[in-house]
Amino acid sequence: MAKREMRKAIETGCPDGFQYMHPLMVKNFGQWKTHDHPRPGVLRHIAKSGDAIWTVRAGTQRILDVFTLRQLCDIGDRYADGRVRFTIRSNIEYMLADEEKVAPLIKALEAAGFVVGGTGNSVAMISHTQGWLHCDIPGTDASGVVKAMMDELIDEFKSCNMPNRVHITTSCCQINCGGQGDIAINVQHTKPPRINHDLVANMCERPSVVARCPVAAIRPAQVNGKPTLEVDEKKCICCGACYPPCPPMQINDPEHTKLAIWVGGNHSNARSKPSFQKLVASGIPNNPPRWPEATAIVKRILRCYKEDARDWERVNDWIDRIGWPRFFELTGLPFTKYHIDNWRGARKSLNASSYVRI
Amino acid sequence: MSDEKKHATPMLDELENGPWPSFVSGIKNLRDGHPSGRVNDMANDLLGQLEHSYETRKGYWKGGTVSVYGYGGGIIPRFSEVGQQFPESKEFHTLRVQPPAGHHYSTDILRQLADSWEKWGSGLVTFHGQTGNIMFIGATTENTQKFFDEINDYGFDLGGAGPCVRTSQSCVGSARCEQSCANEHKIHRMLVNNFTDDVHRPALPYKFKFKISGCPNDCMSAIERSDFAVIGTWRNEIVIEQDQWKKYVDKKGRQHVIDNIITRCPTKCMSLKNDDTLEIDDRNCVKCMHCLNVVPSALSPGEDRGVSVLIGGKRTLKIGDLMGTVIVPFMKLDTESDYERLVELAESSIDFWAENGLEHERCGEMIERIGLVNFLDGIGVEVDPNMIDHPRESSYVRMDGWDEEAIKWFEQKRDQSLAAAGSPFGNNTTD
Repeated sequence: MAKREMRKAIETGCPDGFQYMHPLMVKNFGQWKTHDHPRPGVLRHIAKSGDAIWTVRAGTQRILDVFTLRQLCDIGDRYADGRVRFTIRSNIEYMLADEEKVAPLIKALEAAGFVVGGTGNSVAMISHTQGWLHCDIPGTDASGVVKAMMDELIDEFKSCNMPNRVHITTSCCQINCGGQGDIAINVQHTKPPRINHDLVANMCERPSVVARCPVAAIRPAQVNGKPTLEVDEKKCICCGACYPPCPPMQINDPEHTKLAIWVGGNHSNARSKPSFQKLVASGIPNNPPRWPEATAIVKRILRCYKEDARDWERVNDWIDRIGWPRFFELTGLPFTKYHIDNWRGARKSLNASSYVRI
Repeated sequence: MSDEKKHATPMLDELENGPWPSFVSGIKNLRDGHPSGRVNDMANDLLGQLEHSYETRKGYWKGGTVSVYGYGGGIIPRFSEVGQQFPESKEFHTLRVQPPAGHHYSTDILRQLADSWEKWGSGLVTFHGQTGNIMFIGATTENTQKFFDEINDYGFDLGGAGPCVRTSQSCVGSARCEQSCANEHKIHRMLVNNFTDDVHRPALPYKFKFKISGCPNDCMSAIERSDFAVIGTWRNEIVIEQDQWKKYVDKKGRQHVIDNIITRCPTKCMSLKNDDTLEIDDRNCVKCMHCLNVVPSALSPGEDRGVSVLIGGKRTLKIGDLMGTVIVPFMKLDTESDYERLVELAESSIDFWAENGLEHERCGEMIERIGLVNFLDGIGVEVDPNMIDHPRESSYVRMDGWDEEAIKWFEQKRDQSLAAAGSPFGNNTTD
C-alpha cells in the first residue's frame, strides 16, 4: 500500500498579537497614563499621547457555538472597529476609539442577551473548566454550575457594589483547574475509590498509580488470581489522585461526591502577599441541574462580605481583619474538626499566641 | 433533524432559563440550525450524553492517545464510554490551540477560525481554557489532523498537553494598562516559543507553565498558577503627581485617604502631610500596587522598570499548594541580551528539573524535596535575602562552609557596587 503523504506541521508556536491588536493600542503600546471607570462594564484608558480608548466588557456562556461567536463578531464589526480580546475569565472585550459608539454597543450586546459588566468592584465571571461536557475525571459539571450561579449573581456582575472585586471559581475535582478564588466551589470526594479488579492490570501502569497517592495508601494485590491494586481505606483521604492514571479506580459517586466551598484565595500582591483559599463549608450536595444548595451558601457569604467588609478589602483582607470566629458567626456556617488542617505545614495555620477573639 | 431523533433533555432544558447566556441553547442551535448534518448529529448526541451525566451524576469520557503528525501532544483525546448510545459524538477530542499573546483578535481571524472549525469539528469553542489555550471542543480522530492542517497554514499552532511546556498566558499589559512595567507580549513569545519542541513533544517530568503579568497585581495568577512566573515591577520612586493627588484628597476627604490608602500600605511607608501632599518612603515600598490601584490618576510605577521571577507555583497534587518563590528579585529587560538572560534562566531551570525531577513531580515540588539552595546551585543563581520571608529558625544544619560563603557575599556586594557605578539606573541585576 502506498504510504500517505503527511503534511509537516509549521511549528510557529504562539502567534504575534500585534497583527490583531486595536490600532490605538499598537500606537500607544507601553505609553498609557491612567484609566477611569465611567460605568460598570466600561473602562476608559488615556495614553500619554492624549489618545483615549474605551473598553466594553461582556459576559458570555464561555462554551461558544460558532453562531454565537459570529454574532459577537458582527457586533464588533458594527460598533467596535473589528477588534476584540478575551479576559482571563473568558469575558469578551471590545475596544473603541469613539465614545459615541459606547452606548449603542452596550445596547446591541444586551439586546443579543450578553451581559455588560464584570469590571471594578463587581462579582466577576466565574472561572471554570469542562466538567461533564468534556473532562475524563469530573465529579460534577462546570458550565452548568456556572450558568446556574451567574443567573443568581447577575446583578452583582452588572454593578460595582462590592467592597472590592470578587473572583469566584469552580472545579470539578480536587485538582482544582478553576484555580484560587475569593470564593471557590470545588468537588470534594468523601469515599475511597471503588475498584474494578478485572480491569486494573490491563488499563493501569500500577507502579505509577502507587506513586501517585499522596498518603501511600495504594499497594499491589492479587484478586481472583489477577494482579490489581488495593487501597488501605483507613489511610485514604479520598482525593481522587489515583483515578486519572487508573480509571478502574472510580472515585466519582452520585451521592458521596460532594461540593465544598473555600474562601480567601487571592492572586494579587495588593495590600498583602498572594493567599490560598481556606475551607469553610463542605458536604454540599452535587445537585444538577441548578445546584441550589451551593448557590445559597455562596450568596450568604457574599452578603456578609458586602455588608461587613471595608472598602478595598478583598475576602481574605476582610477575614484577616475580623478573624475566623467572627466569619463563622456572621455566615452561620458550622466550624468543625475538618477545618483544622493536618496536612504537612499545618502547624503554621495554628494559633500560637494568646490572640483570641472572645 | 426529526423530533424523534432528538434526545430528550429535561434537566439541561432547565439551564435555558434565567438571564445569563446559556451554553445549552448554543448547543441546541448547532443541533437544529446548522446547515451540516454532521454538526447537527454530533450536537444531538453530545446533548444526549450530557443529559445522561446530569441524570446519573457521572462523567463518561475517557482519554487515549491522539495527536497530529509529528507532534506528541496538544490534543485532549476523548472517547465516550457510552458511545453506543451516542455514536455521533463518541470521538470528541479537544484541540488546544495557542492564542496570540495578550488574547487579541480581529473579528476577521475569529470568523476564519469559526469557518474552519465548523468544517471539521463540532462548532463549539472556548476562549480560553484555564491554561490559556483556545479550546476547540469536539473533533473525530480523523478530523483532528484536517482541522490542524488548515489552521496551521494560517498561523495557528497547537499548545501543550501532558508532561511538557504548556501554553503561556500574558496580561493585556502594555497594550492598554498604565500599571504595566514590562513588555509582556515579548516576554511571553520569547519564552514559550523558545521551547516549541518541548511544547509539542511531551518528555518532561510533568507540566511546566510560564505566565507573565505586567505588574504585581498579577492578573494572570502567575505566582500561584505557574512554574515560572514573570512579574513586571520597578525599583525607583513611585511617580507622584502632587496636584492630582491633592485633588483626590480634596474630593474624597482626609479620613477616606487615611483609611483606604495610607493605613492599607503593607509596609507603612506612606504619609499624608499637613499640606495634603503625599510622601512615600520608597526604600520600604514592596510594590504591592494598592495605592496605585486606588489613585491611578496621581500615582504611577517608577520608571526604572524590570521584572521579578518566581519559580514553582502549583495547585494541590501531590504535596499541597505552593506559591512561586522569588529566584530573581529584579532584572532589567531593556536590551536583547537582557531577554536572552531570561530565556537562559528558563532553560537552565527546565534542564535541571528535567534531570532531577521525579516522574509527575512539578518543579516546585522538586524544590520542596531538595531545598531551594540545591536548586539555585543547580541553575547557577546566588542566594539573596529577597528569596525568603525570614532566615532559618532551626539550628539543625551543618555550616562548616560559613567563612567561604560570607566572603562570597562580600565579593558579590563589591562587584555590584562597581557595576552600579557604570549605569544610570544602577546595577543591572541583583541576582
